[in-house]
Amino acid sequence: MSWFSKPKRKLVSQKRELPGDVWDRCAGCGEILYSGRLEENLHVCPNCGHHFRIAAEAYEAMLLDGGGLAELHDEHLRSADPLAFVDSRSYAERIEQAEQRGGDQDAIRTGRGEIGGREVHLGTMDFRFIGGSMGSVVGEKIRRLADRSLERRVPLIIISASGGARMQEGILSLMQMGKTAAALEQLASAGIPYVSVLTNPTTGGVTASYAMLGDVILAEPGALIGFAGPRVIKETIRQDLPEGFQTAEFLEEHGMIDRIVPRPEMRGALATLLDHMC
Amino acid sequence: MSIEQEGLAELRNHVEELRNKARERGIDVSAELGPLEAELAAAHDEAMARLSRFDRVKLARNQDRPFSFDYIHGIGTDFFELRGDRVFRDDPAIVGGWLRLEGRPVMVIGHQKGREMKENLRRNFGSPHPEGYRKAKRLMRLAEKFGRPVVTFIDTQGAYPGIGAEERGQAEAIARNLAVMAGLRVPIVSCVIGEGGSGGALGIGVADRVLMMENAIYSVISPEGCAAILWRSREHSDKAAEALKLTARDLQDLGVVDQVIPEPRGGAHTDREAAVEAMGAAIRRHLRELAKLEPRDLVASRRDKYYAIGAWEER
Repeated sequence: MSWFSKPKRKLVSQKRELPGDVWDRCAGCGEILYSGRLEENLHVCPNCGHHFRIAAEAYEAMLLDGGGLAELHDEHLRSADPLAFVDSRSYAERIEQAEQRGGDQDAIRTGRGEIGGREVHLGTMDFRFIGGSMGSVVGEKIRRLADRSLERRVPLIIISASGGARMQEGILSLMQMGKTAAALEQLASAGIPYVSVLTNPTTGGVTASYAMLGDVILAEPGALIGFAGPRVIKETIRQDLPEGFQTAEFLEEHGMIDRIVPRPEMRGALATLLDHMC
Repeated sequence: MSIEQEGLAELRNHVEELRNKARERGIDVSAELGPLEAELAAAHDEAMARLSRFDRVKLARNQDRPFSFDYIHGIGTDFFELRGDRVFRDDPAIVGGWLRLEGRPVMVIGHQKGREMKENLRRNFGSPHPEGYRKAKRLMRLAEKFGRPVVTFIDTQGAYPGIGAEERGQAEAIARNLAVMAGLRVPIVSCVIGEGGSGGALGIGVADRVLMMENAIYSVISPEGCAAILWRSREHSDKAAEALKLTARDLQDLGVVDQVIPEPRGGAHTDREAAVEAMGAAIRRHLRELAKLEPRDLVASRRDKYYAIGAWEER
């Protein structure tokens, strides 16, 4: 045994890593943010105003009196697998995994609550659940929520965050666009207000149905909003896309939405709007 | 062309040759022809039954299939085309106008592809911009105003994904049409005649009755697009087509399509006239049935139809 075979000591990494539960890096400005502070600020970067994605429940807490829904609706609805769809993984597996990670309410939570003492029906999408994609459960929950709004003559608010229709349910997903539009059309003809709030991202079949059918449409700053995804457009036209294309600001400029409302002002904006329309 | 199709073509040519010779020489060959023709028909049916879903996708895209104008001119008379959305421009990817069907005026609207390159470029290969959907909406409102039913023909890869289309609100244009069609107080019959490409198809496809040609397809996403996302390569388009269940029979099983219209042997492109007439007969029958309903009942039953679509569990 020579001197150089001395037992190696395990090297301790000198690189400072960010413990994910305490610090977050802002995707907008790169600033390192203390998670507690970020949460207090409704997941909006205090430095640059970048809006982080937030869970549906956190959005409800932010908007509603008493910090949440008075009643959660249709909590027992679960996605079936009507096509027995399998790609690299089975759809059944994807659902199971999403339920373990993102909760048990599929890609939307729906229920009843109050904003400034006024009863509302609120649907809040959750992007963490298979990209917030719209399948039969999302369509059915929105349908029932709109019908309850009609019955009780209570205004409807939907917060969207979605990549679009859920491919794994094939044509049935596409038809949810027709189903939700039919429910909203009935609500509209009864004179009950529907406010649509678009968050990052809102694309595809969700944009092309209930998200764009609001009597008033609000959006969070910087949110990606469109019909086709930017990658698909780029591949189709083989050109670079203009700066700021398909952002909330772009849509506002082109007359497609009413207002951009930063998250901390959303609750107040909705309360004022409902005062005007109810 | 597959080996099977080559074999079929050979058999078909043989039968044709025999028929011609017989005619020229005035010989009666029916004894020989009969069995041959039966063999040909059986072989055809067998080949069609064996088609994969991706084979159907290719058939649905065949340039020789009847397009919207073929149906419009084939099933009715006195067609008067109406153009423009009154906002921005006329979109030639969606056409429409008044048509007389069994003596009654109806509004027809359809995606229109072109058969040659020049025509295809003008019609953007049947991929509409927002103004196409807004023209369609205008024509539907016009039909409603005068109490005329609406017949739509679906044949598009999808709504066009481009900069101008996004700027002018492709999503809003489609969404608005869904709502308008859901509440329209006149009958709507939609016919999927070729490609039913996602929201771009549904944008003129919310209806009391949805009819579909046997070899047409209708899907939430193209098999190529689906393969690129879920299999990470377009090479797996055949697998995606299988998984998406996008054929007429699939959609009938899923409760989305009300009637599948059988196509002539070999597909609609082999005998356009027969294909158009088969669809025309179905349209007339459904319009006669729908004419009996009061507007309020019509709208309610249409809504119920869409409310019933989907698959979920309550646990």
